[in-house]
Amino acid sequence: MRRGPALLGGAALIALPFVYAAPYPLHIAVLILIWSFAYTSWSVMGRFGLTSLGHGGFMGIGAYVTALAWNRGGVSPWLGIPLALGAGGLLALIVAYPCFRFRITGHYFALVTLALSGIVLQVITATRDYTGGSLGYTPERYRGGSSLYALQFSGKTTWYLIALGVWAVGIWIWHRVDRSMLRYALEAIAEDEDAAAATGVHVTAEKLKITVLSAVMTALAGSLYCQYQMFISPDTVSGIAVSLQMVFAVVVGGIYVALGPTVGAIITIPLAEVLRISFGTRAVGWDNLVYGVLLVLFIVFLPRGILGSVLALRRPRPAG
Amino acid sequence: MGVFDIYLLEALINGVLLGGVLALLSLGLNLVFGVIDVVWICYAELIMLGMYAMYFLASVYHAPLLLAAALSIAAVGVLGVLLHVLVIAPLLGAAPINQLLATGGVLFFLQSAATILFGIEFKNLGLRLPVLKVAGMFISYSRLLAFAAALIGMVLVYLFLSRTYTGAAIRAIAQDRQIMTLMGVDSRRIYVITSALGGGLAGLAACLLVLQYDVHPFVGLSFGPITFLICVLGGLGNFLGGFVAAFVFAEIISVGGLYLDLEWGYVFAFAFFIAMMFVRPQGLLARRS
Repeated sequence: MRRGPALLGGAALIALPFVYAAPYPLHIAVLILIWSFAYTSWSVMGRFGLTSLGHGGFMGIGAYVTALAWNRGGVSPWLGIPLALGAGGLLALIVAYPCFRFRITGHYFALVTLALSGIVLQVITATRDYTGGSLGYTPERYRGGSSLYALQFSGKTTWYLIALGVWAVGIWIWHRVDRSMLRYALEAIAEDEDAAAATGVHVTAEKLKITVLSAVMTALAGSLYCQYQMFISPDTVSGIAVSLQMVFAVVVGGIYVALGPTVGAIITIPLAEVLRISFGTRAVGWDNLVYGVLLVLFIVFLPRGILGSVLALRRPRPAG
Repeated sequence: MGVFDIYLLEALINGVLLGGVLALLSLGLNLVFGVIDVVWICYAELIMLGMYAMYFLASVYHAPLLLAAALSIAAVGVLGVLLHVLVIAPLLGAAPINQLLATGGVLFFLQSAATILFGIEFKNLGLRLPVLKVAGMFISYSRLLAFAAALIGMVLVYLFLSRTYTGAAIRAIAQDRQIMTLMGVDSRRIYVITSALGGGLAGLAACLLVLQYDVHPFVGLSFGPITFLICVLGGLGNFLGGFVAAFVFAEIISVGGLYLDLEWGYVFAFAFFIAMMFVRPQGLLARRS
């Protein structure tokens, strides 16, 4: 990324809430940033052909562990979030290790991870005595107002800046991976695992690294979402629908470009919001119906994603 | 202790009966994957629609049960063909992730279409089949019926695949899709037939599931994941492996659900799945390559 425009863009983004701070647009902006971070987390591994449909599970772990640690154990999110990240990473390790060690790839990997997000949803529902089941769960307010200790802020501007910072870290990680040896190893693995192994790439270890990184980032997105919204339910932070939503947004934006997932979020989240508001409560289901149709149309007609297609138009040589 | 054993035995028997239906579920998905090399993520949603078809035909329009079942199976079969022609066929050359996602989009579409058309209320056939009482155990006829029908369905599919020309072509395509086209098999036609068959199997499974479970737009989510696990553990595209895996999973769910909630049965099944991957990573009955 060229430094000048990036710095300028960053400054503009930081200045935004001080110039224009209407609550609703700012709320949407925070949501876009948090989800952009989640989508970026997915694309960190997704771009190497590791199609995980289990990231809804990691996000759910991040959100619920943070909230449960706070409500049940009185553990501040400053400790609860690392705990949640650890739990997400551990789950990724447990599921991904056998998958990679025994070469569960492609469709098989997608299905195993799909089942994972389904199972996490089942567990949250099954432990309804603790998690509130499908009714959702609310972290307790810390003495009413804002508190750094409880990581609860009533001001949207604070949340905007936090989300912006985390999102920027996500983009930075994406770039770090993009410039690392890991990227070359993983691209080789995506092409041909045997050939990669023959050239000295430790296939299982490299895939595990990126998977755990991606899962931990996704768990962080879950924690952040929980702290911001102060309400989580299995359907909004975990499960198959969330996993598919992540993959969809990334494909819409473009898998192989740094800002692709962000563009995906900028398109899909207002879209979901517009659909939700325009159909309202009188027509439950229409928003997802349109969403599903758009998803299929996108995949069929724009497989590169929007940003990917635009960039491909600008450069004759296809990237990635 | 005696009471406990009876319950355990009852759970084991119910597990076997559930296994029949799960085997049927995974058979359809396996068939489509083996032949077309595409995974229908929305497979469980096809079943959900089949359950609604059965519900409306039998409970609302009072069609005879067998006729309703036949119509439902045909309807889901047609849905399978539509899914293939409209969504899968344009994507056959695309990256696998796009195929997965597209069927994922269909999943959203079908769920919300069902929500709009049928509402989110739980519905059931209102059919109370008698309960068989053997030696202090309660085995419901609906489960026995489902088990028997699932077995008959699977035998019919087996006969179709092994005894007819089309069946042979389907199996041949599953082994090598390039060569069979060269040998004069119209792969597009075979794909459509397979999709119809896969849909039909989903329809049959729907007819059997609606005997035991309420139907609602999100019912697919409760047995979709387990079907996927069965297929992976059995080795995707491996029919016998899927069959054995279905019974193993059904036992785990049934016996696990005996001690804790049913949801925990699924968790045990997943834990077992992870453990099995260390033991038999290629699937339960895979031919090692």
